[in-house]
Amino acid sequence: MRIDSVAVGDSSPPAPDRSPSTGHARAALADSASVGLGFLPLGLAFGALAARSGLDWWWAGLSAALVYGGSFEFLLIGMVTAAAPPASIAVTAFLVNVRHVFYALSFPLHRVRGRLGKAYGTYALSDEAYALTAGERSRSWPGPRILWLQLFMHLYWAGSATAGALLGTLIPDGVTGLDFALTALFTVLALDALRGLRGDLPTPLLALLSALIARVLVPGQLLPVAFALFTAGLLVRAAATRNRPMTGEEPYRA
Amino acid sequence: MPEPGYAVAAVLVSAAVTWALRALPFAVLAPLRASATVRHLSTRMPAGVMVILVVYCLRDLSVSSVGALAPLSALAATIGLHLWRRNALLSILGGTAVHVVLVSAVLPR
Repeated sequence: MRIDSVAVGDSSPPAPDRSPSTGHARAALADSASVGLGFLPLGLAFGALAARSGLDWWWAGLSAALVYGGSFEFLLIGMVTAAAPPASIAVTAFLVNVRHVFYALSFPLHRVRGRLGKAYGTYALSDEAYALTAGERSRSWPGPRILWLQLFMHLYWAGSATAGALLGTLIPDGVTGLDFALTALFTVLALDALRGLRGDLPTPLLALLSALIARVLVPGQLLPVAFALFTAGLLVRAAATRNRPMTGEEPYRA
Repeated sequence: MPEPGYAVAAVLVSAAVTWALRALPFAVLAPLRASATVRHLSTRMPAGVMVILVVYCLRDLSVSSVGALAPLSALAATIGLHLWRRNALLSILGGTAVHVVLVSAVLPR
């Protein structure tokens, strides 16, 4: 909210001699307000959870700035406090973030100029950055505006995580259960993603089944096993649907 | 606090893997844009991955015990709020508030 009013409040028309990059930054600041509003409480919760889990205040800020992958970072807290081996952290990072692979199909990186710009554009390609820049509304945004938008979102996340870590130790010890924020986040993301699938019930059922099977058979390796089962199931289904086109499922026929 | 060197290494490993996943596909995936299998996966994976992550978060739940009451109520509150208002922030804050109140005040462990 405050972010928005900063952008709107200074309503002096752009002076003719003002560099175009200032205009892009201002537009990006306004575009980033909605995401900032969502990042703030989540970042605070992430930082507070890290601090309450016994990690030093700087760790949350470092993770938020360098990893910059919200949902995975919540999982990372648990793995770091449990002293998980780096190899299994790498595998989990791969599995949780492998969805980003598909953003390359439609993120407008071709509009971002320069090697450094492209490097940062991919580095800060969060779910939210993708959601804001790959849509219809952003079709006319030039590269600098996209990069500014990514930078603002990156700063909101790193800033709120650091603030949460610093404030987290102030939360009374009797207050527990904040970790549910992560469960709630995934629930909300799942509901939104499911709505996009429009009644494709086999996909969530396949995912749920994969997770439950992994939970029963290999509780210690739930995530990698569940992801593998789910991906294998999707591939089998894709192959089966292609061989039998009469199933009527053809949204991906180009 | 675990060994700071280890905690930093965990962040660096995660950052490297995450950036690789965000950057390398731009070089590799361009020829695959037309692949039906890739599109099949790309439209369905996000929803499934989130469902699996929800189960992962609730993995320690034993449905028969009283301890399951708080997370299940909070989950119901989150889903209900989200289907009602479609406001991610409201759903997350509401569900978390239900959980914190139940765990801290009503059903202390």
